[in-house]
Amino acid sequence: MSLLKAEGVSKLFGGLKAVSNFDMYVNKGELVGLIGPNGAGKTTAFNLLTGVYQPTTGTIDFDDKSLLAMKPYQITQRGIARTFQNIRLFSELSVLDNVKIAYHFHVQYGLFESVFRVGRYFKEEAEIEAKAIEFLKIFKLDDKKDEIAKNLPYGAQRRLEIARALAAQPKLLLLDEPAAGMNPQETQELMTMIRWIREEFGLTILLIEHDMSLVMGICERIYVLEYGSIIASGVPADIKNNPEVIRAYLGSEVE
Amino acid sequence: MNLSRIKDIKIIALSIVGFAIIQLLLTENIIGSFWELNIILIGINIIMSVSLNLINGYTGQFSLGHAGFMAVGAYVSAILTVKFQMPFLVGLIGGAAGAGTLGFLIGLPTLRLQGDYLAIATLGLGEIIRICILNISYVGGASGFMGIPRYTNFAWTFFIVLFSIFFIKNFVNSSHGRACIAIRENEIAAEAMGVDTTKYKVMAFTIGAAFAGVAGGLFAHYFYIAHPASFTFMASFNYLTMVVMGGLGSITGSIVGAVILTFISAALASWPEFRMIIYSLALILLMFYRPQGLFGNIELTDLKIFKRFKGGRK
Amino acid sequence: MDFSSFSEQLIQQLINGVSLGSIYALIALGYTMVYGIIKLINFAHGDIYMVGAYIGFFATSMLHLPVLPALIISMVVTGLLGMLIERLAYRPLRHAPKVSVLITAIGVSLFLEYTSMFFVSPQPRTFPNVMESVTYHMGPFVVNSQQILILVITTILMVILTYIVQKTKIGKAMRAVSFDTETAQLMGIDANRVISITFGIGSALAAAGGVLVGVYYNSIDPLMGIMPGLKAFIAAVLGGIGIIPGAMAGGVILGVIESLVSGFLSSTFRDAAAFAILILVLLFKPSGLFGKNTREKV
Repeated sequence: MSLLKAEGVSKLFGGLKAVSNFDMYVNKGELVGLIGPNGAGKTTAFNLLTGVYQPTTGTIDFDDKSLLAMKPYQITQRGIARTFQNIRLFSELSVLDNVKIAYHFHVQYGLFESVFRVGRYFKEEAEIEAKAIEFLKIFKLDDKKDEIAKNLPYGAQRRLEIARALAAQPKLLLLDEPAAGMNPQETQELMTMIRWIREEFGLTILLIEHDMSLVMGICERIYVLEYGSIIASGVPADIKNNPEVIRAYLGSEVE
Repeated sequence: MNLSRIKDIKIIALSIVGFAIIQLLLTENIIGSFWELNIILIGINIIMSVSLNLINGYTGQFSLGHAGFMAVGAYVSAILTVKFQMPFLVGLIGGAAGAGTLGFLIGLPTLRLQGDYLAIATLGLGEIIRICILNISYVGGASGFMGIPRYTNFAWTFFIVLFSIFFIKNFVNSSHGRACIAIRENEIAAEAMGVDTTKYKVMAFTIGAAFAGVAGGLFAHYFYIAHPASFTFMASFNYLTMVVMGGLGSITGSIVGAVILTFISAALASWPEFRMIIYSLALILLMFYRPQGLFGNIELTDLKIFKRFKGGRK
Repeated sequence: MDFSSFSEQLIQQLINGVSLGSIYALIALGYTMVYGIIKLINFAHGDIYMVGAYIGFFATSMLHLPVLPALIISMVVTGLLGMLIERLAYRPLRHAPKVSVLITAIGVSLFLEYTSMFFVSPQPRTFPNVMESVTYHMGPFVVNSQQILILVITTILMVILTYIVQKTKIGKAMRAVSFDTETAQLMGIDANRVISITFGIGSALAAAGGVLVGVYYNSIDPLMGIMPGLKAFIAAVLGGIGIIPGAMAGGVILGVIESLVSGFLSSTFRDAAAFAILILVLLFKPSGLFGKNTREKV
């Protein structure tokens, strides 16, 4: 059964078609890749799925409910969390606080309880802290929990962003170019980590990459986007030999 | 009992000791009426700067119209106590409710704006509030609302200041406050983490406005009068200066900023012709040498010395 | 009011509005140019205009100069003052947080106001009668020589400014720096010099506005810059901040609206009308009448 399903989605910016007639589905538990050359519309597609943009036409369903007209925070509360191509941490806050914010919409206590520190306030704050530290341990960031996020090395910032997205307890995780700026060894480690978190949390993952080797290595199914349209989809082996895909990639490289 | 609650109780106990000492000095007339006035002004300014810090420093929404909300609180509370003979507390709560409601109504459409645009819109709204009051003859129009009884004294001011500080401190240290801080840090990421950014921006703005309303109520009931000229955008600048001077995102900073600026202003009162020149130069120099404010975003209670002083527990 | 007297008054208010609006436009240009280039709302700009008015006042009353030489002297001196302020107060903060620069601008504004007050006293001064006030009747409408002077001077200055920005080397450099400061610097443009000249030109234009206001209203005082400064900023936002023709149009539109409000409603709501326009523009077209909408890339 498909967890996420987009049908006939198009997005116009002025007269420019950034994404056109975009069809895709992601089944529960799958690890799917969305690839394509630079400027193919991958991030726009992500922004459509997460409510940053509203599609001009088409439908997007998640968990059998439409995501149209929903704001990004509502979509996150429904169970889709994401990372960003250009890392977007809460850069002046501590590593721990970055993760704590992801629990925000799970918090039960109200304004009165927080201001007067009564009722569930202390109990829930303690729970949040414990859970956040647990997540940081998984990502080997617990020893850095009091550091300011912007002072972390690049790779650790990427890990923190993924940890923060997972802390929101999503059903579907969207990763926007998680390997951007990483060296081959770091990319290798990242692949292992993505595989592992999928097993550990029973997650469904959709990731964007323009680096073919990473996607071929871990994704079960791949969509290829060019000029805003899907030109091919299937298992990695098929995609590798698809003449359209080769043309799209080689064509763009020859330029 | 929770450690942070113990810390709170210690601070409250310490504050009450401080209150008793100052109150004693006031009743024994060791502190004269000039400094009594300034102590109360410091209290009112602390409420203004701490509440503005919630909006500007913690939520990152640049507001330049805080004096407008103070005006609403001053006038609403004065209407309640003078025209309806309500008790002072009802007047203050009414002032807070009036300013908070207006903050909510204004915040909802304007908080879509960002940065300089929001700053200039709030400045404009603050001025519109003032000009509207200027044209309402029911509250005295351009000559001001006169004949307000003096209900505000040191005790009222002190305990309302304490309440305001704890209210806002506890708010920013809760999940709601973290949502506001997340908006300041990165609005798009906050939204992606499930934070309803509009809701929290409006919430911070409303709470800030309500406290400005309380400060306005105290102000009007100390000076016997509420006058539109007390609530110009220059007054809003003055509160912003206190916040920036202390450090955006530090409650300790806002308190210190309010104390220092009120104090400088009072100390220079005998040289009226130099007062504003020195004040403006001090402002410029401060921004040169400490653009992040005196405290940055650090609280006094975060400092190591303070922790040791308190017994070094963690 | 019957129709013909209504339309007469309408046109009369339009004439007054355009004169007032021209002055707003002169001040608004400085705001918009400075904002366009360093993204600073220069709150001291209204006070620069005040200083310009005072220099014009001293040039006419003490040196007994006619209005045009006084205008030019005021523009040159105030322009240099603007450059000096930029050099001393804003340049050291080029990389500081925005709010610190804004507070500094407020500091500079207070400094100019109260230092002037110290030297020239807080009392308003009466501007000498530098030109014969002739009233021209064109049918039922009245235009006086001061209004004609304002219109002529403003038009000439705007033509000169447009020429400088569009055709000269420094104008191209200004546009380049405002578009992308870093790239402009990589292309060999001395950004500091360009910013300094921008402050100079903006301040000179404000000074011209100050002198013209002195001639028009006859009265000047050290706090005269506060409201027109804000109004000019509104005019700049109305036209689209950072856009030079926008500031010109915004100034005139704002002047006309204010005159209509004071003519047909009540002068007490004149300022409120200006701020209401500001809020409406910000809510419905924050990029202004001449601006393009942009949004942050995710």
